Amino acid sequence: MTTPVLRLDGITKRFGPLVANDDISLDLGSGEVLALLGENGAGKTTLMNILFGHYVADAGRIEVFGQPLPHGSPAASIAAGIGMVHQHFTLADNLTVLDNVMLGTESLWAPRQRRAEARDRLTALERDFGLAVDPNATIGSLAVGQRQRVEILKALYRDAKILILDEPTAVLTPQETDSLFDTLRRMVARGLSVIFISHKLNEVMAIADRIAVLRQGAVVASFDKDATSREQLASAMVGRTLAEPKRTPLSAGGPVLEIKAAGLSRRHGGQRLDNVDLTVREQEIIGIAGVSGNGQSALADLISGLVMPETGSLRMLGEPVRRAGPAAMVERGVGRVPEDRHSTGVVGDMTVRENLILEDYRRRPFSRFGLLGFSAIATWTDRLIDSFDIRCSSAAVPVRSLSGGNMQKLILARVLAREPKLILANQPTRGLDVGAIAYVHEKLFEARARGAGIVLISEDLEELLALSDRIAVIYQGRLSEPQPVENVTLTDLGLSMSGHGAFDRGADQSHAA
Amino acid sequence: MDVVDLFLTVGFWAATVRMATPLIFGTLGELICERAGVLNLGIEGIMTIGAMSAWMWVYQGGDLWTATLFAAMVGASFGLLHAGFSVYMGLSQHVTGIGITLLASSLSYFVFRIMLPGVTTPPKIEPFAPLPIPLLADIPVLGPALFIQSPLTYIALSLVGVVAYILYRTPVGLAVRMVGENPMAVEAQGIDVFAVRTGAVAVGSALMAVGGAFLTISVFDAFYFQMINGRGWICVALVIFASWRPGKALLGAFLFAAFDALQIRVQQASSSLIPYQFYLMMPYLLSIVALIVMSRRAAYPKALLVPFRRGER
Repeated sequence: MTTPVLRLDGITKRFGPLVANDDISLDLGSGEVLALLGENGAGKTTLMNILFGHYVADAGRIEVFGQPLPHGSPAASIAAGIGMVHQHFTLADNLTVLDNVMLGTESLWAPRQRRAEARDRLTALERDFGLAVDPNATIGSLAVGQRQRVEILKALYRDAKILILDEPTAVLTPQETDSLFDTLRRMVARGLSVIFISHKLNEVMAIADRIAVLRQGAVVASFDKDATSREQLASAMVGRTLAEPKRTPLSAGGPVLEIKAAGLSRRHGGQRLDNVDLTVREQEIIGIAGVSGNGQSALADLISGLVMPETGSLRMLGEPVRRAGPAAMVERGVGRVPEDRHSTGVVGDMTVRENLILEDYRRRPFSRFGLLGFSAIATWTDRLIDSFDIRCSSAAVPVRSLSGGNMQKLILARVLAREPKLILANQPTRGLDVGAIAYVHEKLFEARARGAGIVLISEDLEELLALSDRIAVIYQGRLSEPQPVENVTLTDLGLSMSGHGAFDRGADQSHAA
Repeated sequence: MDVVDLFLTVGFWAATVRMATPLIFGTLGELICERAGVLNLGIEGIMTIGAMSAWMWVYQGGDLWTATLFAAMVGASFGLLHAGFSVYMGLSQHVTGIGITLLASSLSYFVFRIMLPGVTTPPKIEPFAPLPIPLLADIPVLGPALFIQSPLTYIALSLVGVVAYILYRTPVGLAVRMVGENPMAVEAQGIDVFAVRTGAVAVGSALMAVGGAFLTISVFDAFYFQMINGRGWICVALVIFASWRPGKALLGAFLFAAFDALQIRVQQASSSLIPYQFYLMMPYLLSIVALIVMSRRAAYPKALLVPFRRGER
């Protein structure tokens, strides 16, 4: 290894009783890609936020190019040559690319901006690193992959020598990920150093020179890429070997949900739906792949009864659904695992108990003569907490104090206890750690074996390939014909998700057949 | 008097420009605050205390220009107070703003009473005299309307250009717009979000106070209770009407002022069949209609009303 450009020594950070970073020491060499691998909550992002000055460490020191870095000052970190691509982009949607890049690069009291010079410099950088974006476009008009380029350009524009990327591939298609990796390789070839944060093993193996594994706030292992394997990394990351639940072959039964030629116009700035056909049968999982924002939410709203299709029809268990109404859909046997747990899945400030009966509180025995039946509720919810292993200090604590995994278990308990005929699982494992993911998958398989039809919307392609019986791709509001998972490859999925219809052609052929 | 004739009279147009002046100051001030992501409902009170302190300064023997400066400084300090609560402590901008309005208005009346006990009719000062601009003032109609005005009116008009230039052409303007859109982006570029927001609120509040001062040391020559009379709230609406753009803010201020000037004249000209309150209501009603029409697709600053907290998870 060459001389370190960055050295972290004994970094410790606590949030209340939680130790987010526990005595972490790391070195980064010049021209090196160091991957920080770890599950959610392992402390990766916290560590990088300390490095970039968003947080102040409780203990430890940071040296950049041999110089100590002052704590808690993003300005000092930028001046020292550190650039950060945040997981949630720090861009202003209503302003242009150039505005976003120029912010903070000139003295605030300069009488005017040097926009022409800045534009030239930006275009030169775009050319050098293969990161084409129109400097005059507003951020709001750009696709997610392009926004990420702007984030990287911001760092390069400020002469970053060390680039930190926090979960950069979470929002990208496989092809965009490849192009990001090309960019990173160009940077490394020019002597920049990169810290790449991820929890995805295949990406880490593809791009990193060295891999440091974080678990529960501490560095538990460090490997050279050439001297390790996916299996070794996985067990270091989780701390135990993990059995992934496997899909058992089952033959699908009769139709549960039939969507025919459904159309929905653009509303609330969301994507419209265009002539969507989808039939979900008993004992099968239909995977819906797609880059976020291509109509997944509209489809989910349709299935959960929040909206009615403007054209076409919707049938549940053979009966036509004519009026919108989520409660009515739940009564018909739809179970919903919503995309955003926090905003639509639970009421954070209400208790575990109250959240568990959100869909049932109007029914006997939970409610009699307009009064809640507390003892019936307590018996029922205690049983759910027990059988779904929801870890909470008491059933009376507010749900927001639960971890993401336990919150998801609560939602699954609420949904599955009703034995729904159709389950809409929208991003059911987003942001969960490997153990919780395995749990969710197992529960979905159990529901499928019981006879439920499941619509699984996910951005995690490996999850889709592992769980689905058939997979369809949604792109700009159009849904392809679902293909049996055996005929689907990761490459096909990636191409169709970016509109290069490898999948659609397959669908057309099957129509013709 | 015919209504058509009315639009041709110099008096009408001059009154419109005069009445627009405090609204221009107030709207630009509020616009700067909101562009930085901070709603400033302290505006009504800040205009009141600006009006009182400028008048009192002159009454105690100060000259008109230092009075304007003094009002601006008083306004800025109330802006700092608002920023202390809403920016640094991250409290509700609505509640803090209304609190500032109540505090500043009451304080104005209190100070006025303490300093002038036992006064029944408000004492008078010598206000700004109209300053004709040579040559330009000789243009028919337009000249007397635009160019024989108070010096503060000229300042208000030129401020529209200055504020627009600063917001759109300078690094500090970019930083102000950016903290109103996504404070995290500003923080990530090593700029202090709190400082930018606080500065914007202080400057904006100073402008509001000068808007209030214009009423006591330029239009009128005395300080009355309730003399701001909702102008601050109108400015808050005008900012939305203007879609947070200085040029459209000028347009909005003129429009409202024209309704107001028209209302007075129609009231004088028409019979007593219609109660005068109806005319008083007209400018507000028309503003609401204009607001509905103009602001339906307004793209408000994304981080407006959202407090920023450092190091938050």
